[in-house]
Amino acid sequence: MSILVNKNTRLLVQGITGNEGLFHSKQMLDYGTNIVAGVTPGKGGEWVLDGKVPVFDSVRIAADARGANASVIFVPARFSPDAIFEAADAGIQLIVCITEGIPVQDMMRVRNYLDQKGVRLVGPNCPGLLTPGESKVGIIPGDIANAGNVGVVSRSGTLTYEVLYALKQVDIGVTTCVGIGGDPINGTNFIDVLGMFEADPYTEQIILIGEIGGTDEEKAAEFIASQMTKPVVSFIAGQTAPPGKRMGHAGAIVEGGEGLAADKINAMQRAGVRVAKHPEEIAELLK
Amino acid sequence: MKLQEYQSKQYFAKFGIPIPKGRVAVTAASAKQIAEELGGRVVIKSQVLVGGRGKAGGIRLAKSPKEAEDLATQILSMEIKGLPVRKVLVDEAANIETEIYLGITNDRAARKPVIIASAAGGVDIEEVARLTPEKIIRVHIDPLLGLRDYQARDLAAGIDLPRTHWRAFNQIAHGLWESYKASDATLAEINPLVITTDERLLALDGKMVLDDNALFRHPNLAEMRDRDVEADAETEARKYGLSYIQLDGDIGCMVNGAGLAMATMDIIKLFGGEPANFLDIGGGASAEKVAAALRIILKDPKVKVVLFNIFGGITRGDEVARGILTALEEVKVEIPMVTRLVGTNAEEGRQILADADMITADTLVSAAQKAVAAVEGGPA
Repeated sequence: MSILVNKNTRLLVQGITGNEGLFHSKQMLDYGTNIVAGVTPGKGGEWVLDGKVPVFDSVRIAADARGANASVIFVPARFSPDAIFEAADAGIQLIVCITEGIPVQDMMRVRNYLDQKGVRLVGPNCPGLLTPGESKVGIIPGDIANAGNVGVVSRSGTLTYEVLYALKQVDIGVTTCVGIGGDPINGTNFIDVLGMFEADPYTEQIILIGEIGGTDEEKAAEFIASQMTKPVVSFIAGQTAPPGKRMGHAGAIVEGGEGLAADKINAMQRAGVRVAKHPEEIAELLK
Repeated sequence: MKLQEYQSKQYFAKFGIPIPKGRVAVTAASAKQIAEELGGRVVIKSQVLVGGRGKAGGIRLAKSPKEAEDLATQILSMEIKGLPVRKVLVDEAANIETEIYLGITNDRAARKPVIIASAAGGVDIEEVARLTPEKIIRVHIDPLLGLRDYQARDLAAGIDLPRTHWRAFNQIAHGLWESYKASDATLAEINPLVITTDERLLALDGKMVLDDNALFRHPNLAEMRDRDVEADAETEARKYGLSYIQLDGDIGCMVNGAGLAMATMDIIKLFGGEPANFLDIGGGASAEKVAAALRIILKDPKVKVVLFNIFGGITRGDEVARGILTALEEVKVEIPMVTRLVGTNAEEGRQILADADMITADTLVSAAQKAVAAVEGGPA
């Protein structure tokens, strides 16, 4: 069992004919993800991936024709907000946006619009979702995690792979891994995912990988203390990051005294979360 | 990316915000000439991207063109917090009755822009927020609707602005919102917004910070980037699509992924070392990118060891290893290098690097320990 994606996910890929879109669609297909359609405006009628996936001109046509219930977006940053609006207006209920570099004012408009429609967005600037053995939506390497009972939620990409890989070495498996992305404004936050893991009967414990910037980890800590019964282990990256500098991710910045790693670690520890000193310690801290 | 005061104010003026008459000068002689045109009494303001210019003596009042010339000479030879003053703004001096604060920024937690006003203008707003939070009025703006008139009135009433100024204040608030929106700003701020003794509202100082991710739609603004505020290496890195930030330590780091790069810096510190930089080479790790990254790291004379920490995910470990080998043919490295390669095809990658005279490590902990030991010249 899992959250957000599983073997019933009927995935549509926006930007399927681009380099990234095509490459990762092949990886997803090989993993067993049920990709039912692709969308590239102007290329409707073509077939890609050895004739396995039909391409449509718009999300609405694709979703109607193929019954898609989720979409993953691989289009360039300047076109991504429109791609998200298009998916939401076509009735897609789960949108995963991998693209990095979307302007933050665009994301504020996107997020406020989606909240009104009740559509879930994961990302942007994220590696996507992986439910081992069932569905991979995004770019997380499929072979680094086995199915199991640990839920993983993270703001980072390769750091998450690192943790998944370490878990696999000691035979610990994962229900679902959710990359929520490194942008300051995103579609899904830690507490959204923590709530889903708490409700998922197959998830027994949770790993939360945070980093500097914003107050999402502090809010997650409050949520854990007041709403959760399942144990949580955490790692927070960026203790040595200088203030005022953006550390790669648009959202990873300490500004006006807010977003410090030390504050996040303290908040987690006060909430009863075991915080690892380095990523390799995470597996040891699981029960 | 930050804009200078004069750039911000000129931008605000396009949206109907009243600013003082004035121009930028790069020489004292032209400062004098501008002062003559403006009638003699002017303020000479250093244009550098740091706070506290006034306290540092970088903002001075001149009562005559001659004094303007003298002060401009002084200020143009100053360095403020390490930044050279290359330009001064010569503004007509205003007769100030009251100073107000007005700014718009992104409220990350609320996922909306927030417009902030305070009757305590002319001072650091973060200081006001800390000491007298009741003096600050905040109103969230729906990004889909924009600023509404009633919200501007709420702000004016909230800071006890006399009603005679509400109409002008409303126009300025809307001008600021339009400036913020049109430029993809993350901060647009007027501090102070003054009421003059002849009862006009005037934006005496302006500050804008722009979203780097949105500069593709603002090429004219992108050209205004001030190269003085970042290390040369950071400018160089941006050209190659690398994310690099220089730090004070001696262990150079090359990592794929921002989160992993931060975690690598942290673990170096945890084991008693000091990272020399943050560097995310991103996905792919082509030889060209690795070589550019290596050159940038090695330009920092403090660096005594280079640590490669690469997780092979979609990017295969053997591809990255070949990238490193090709880069090493191009860039001579005479200091110890520690390599940790894990994930997909890591074993093949390690074999490729076996002859490259590198210290290898299997885990992040041992990589950090070996890098720290190599700095101290001990056995790796």
